[in-house]
Parts: sequence; C-alpha cells; structure tokens
Amino acid sequence: MLGDLSVSLWRGGKEGRYETYSVPQRQSQTVLDVVTFVQRHIDPTLSYRFACRVGVCGSCAMTVNGRPRWTCRTHVSKVAGSGRLEIGPLENLPVIKDLATDMEPFFEKWQKAQGVFAPSKTRHETIEQIRPDSAARRLADAAIECINCGVCYAACDTVRWNADYLGPAALTRAWTLLNDERDAGGTARLQAVAAAGGCHACHSHQSCQELCPQTLNPTAAIAGLKRRTAAAYLKGEIKA
Amino acid sequence: MNVRLYLWQRATAALMVPLVLVHIAVIFYAARNGMTAADILSRTHGSIVWASYYGLFVAAASIHAAIGVRNVLAEWSPLKDRGASQFAIVFGFLLAGLGARAVFAVVLS
Repeated sequence: MLGDLSVSLWRGGKEGRYETYSVPQRQSQTVLDVVTFVQRHIDPTLSYRFACRVGVCGSCAMTVNGRPRWTCRTHVSKVAGSGRLEIGPLENLPVIKDLATDMEPFFEKWQKAQGVFAPSKTRHETIEQIRPDSAARRLADAAIECINCGVCYAACDTVRWNADYLGPAALTRAWTLLNDERDAGGTARLQAVAAAGGCHACHSHQSCQELCPQTLNPTAAIAGLKRRTAAAYLKGEIKA
Repeated sequence: MNVRLYLWQRATAALMVPLVLVHIAVIFYAARNGMTAADILSRTHGSIVWASYYGLFVAAASIHAAIGVRNVLAEWSPLKDRGASQFAIVFGFLLAGLGARAVFAVVLS
C-alpha cells in the first residue's frame, strides 16, 4: 500500500470552492486516474472531460498544483511530492462546472487566426509533391502536432491580461499553415495575425513552450509570425 | 499592439541603441575630464550636430515610450485600446515637449 493522497478538487462554476477527498495512491497512477476515482467511487456528480486517456485527444487538460497539464499523461508521482494534489479547471477559460471549462473562446480564436486550411487546388488537379526536408515543410512539421489541449492558452499571461489575444495555439496553427506550401490563405492569415490581439501582443514569456505537453515551441512560431507579418507590412501586402 | 506599432517600437529601439551608447560615452568623457556645466554648454551651444543628435534621441524615446505605455495600460488598467491610445499620445507629446525644451536649452539658449 502506498497510502492515501489528499486531493482538492474545484467544485462549482466560476464561484465555487475546493473540496478535499482522500484517494488511494497506486503505482503509475495518473492525475486523470485520481479524478476518475473520485467520480466513480466518491461523488458521481463531479464533472470533468476526457476521451482517449493516452495523450492524443487533448480533452483532459486541467490545472494541477497550479500548472496546466494534460492529466492523462501526468503521473501523480511527478507532481504530488508532498502527497497533496490540487486540481482545478484550466485558467483563462470560462468554467462550466467543476473541472470542465468552455473551450469555445479557444476554438473561436483558431477561426479568427484563419486556422483553417485554404486549399489551393481542386480534387481534379494533381497532388502537389512536398519534400519532407524542404525548409518550409520542416517549419510546418515542427508545430503540426498540436492536440488543441489548451494548456498553452491557460499558461499564457498575455491571454490573462488581454482578452482579445489570439493565444499561442491559434497562432501556432497559423504559422503551420503559412508554411504549408499547399495552402492558399497566406495573405488573409497574415492580415489576421497582424491585427490588434495578434502575434505582436506576445511578450515571449515562453510559458507556452515550457508547459506544452507535446514539447512544441509556440513562442518560436509566434516569433516567426512577427517576422513574416513585419516583412509583409513593409512590402504593402497587408495593412495595420 | 498591431504590426504598425510593433515596427515603430522596434525601429525606435534599434535607433536608440547607438544613441544611448554615445550618450553614455559622452557622460564618461565629460566626467573624467572634470568638465563643468559651463564647459559643456560652451561646446554644445549652436551645434547643429548635437541638436540633431539629441533631437533624434528625444523623438525616438517619445515614440518608443508612448507605445510601451499604451501596451501597459491596455493590459493592466481598466482603459481599453482607445483610452490607452489617447493617454499614450498625450504622454508621448509630453515627453517630446520636455525633451525638446532640454535640447533647446543645451544647444540654443
């Protein structure tokens, strides 16, 4: 027996409080396991979100001992050295109930950053050959594994201070598409991320890249957007 | 901050790098040579070079600081973008006015 964990979980909506539960500690236990134990064995009214449990879907991010993390791949042994866990909903997003946040603002900003692929060819044309080792494709690949978990968005100070800021995930998505040679939405995308609340609002605090569970570097992607938009503005391709 | 403000702030920062270094070098030169205020003013009086140099410095600092203050206010105060911009414009002109007065005093008075 490893003993019990003292687990404080956020209960309620925007106005709520932490309630403490005792959960048996186990080998290789994840934070999501702990939350699931409470919901299955102690209080079935606990609300939280998960799907795949293996770090693919990006559904289960929560605030764990003050830091946003993907709970399905976060081992209790790594974050609860004192035997205590405090688990809350992601920051910078509206709380629906308990540990579940409303992700709508996060995905709306993806749309606002033109995060949707704009095809340059029809299905009747030949498929474009993309060399995996080309400079553009390497840049696109470096940021393409985002799972939309919202950890970077919750970790970002600028999102906290500036409600209009698009956030690291949406801007990283824009950077990926800008480097995708098959995409035709470049100028509109540069225009979108060059406006107020776009890439130039980033302070380069780098919390996003420190906490990204996929070890992506949104700060580098945003720096790339700053360079690309500045060049486009000076050439007159976009307006301020 | 949009791309236009970003470029103005970065451009003025880049411009101020050599200006600050020369300014500090001048301070060291004057201090190490025991120059009095009268000595300094006798050299700067009527100098188009020093007027241009510090005039440029004041303009760059006013623009750079005003954009920075605008960002701080927009993020940390209840002012929204419009209010922060208005405050920053007033602040920038205030800095420019005070700086121009100092340049005028050193070079022309």
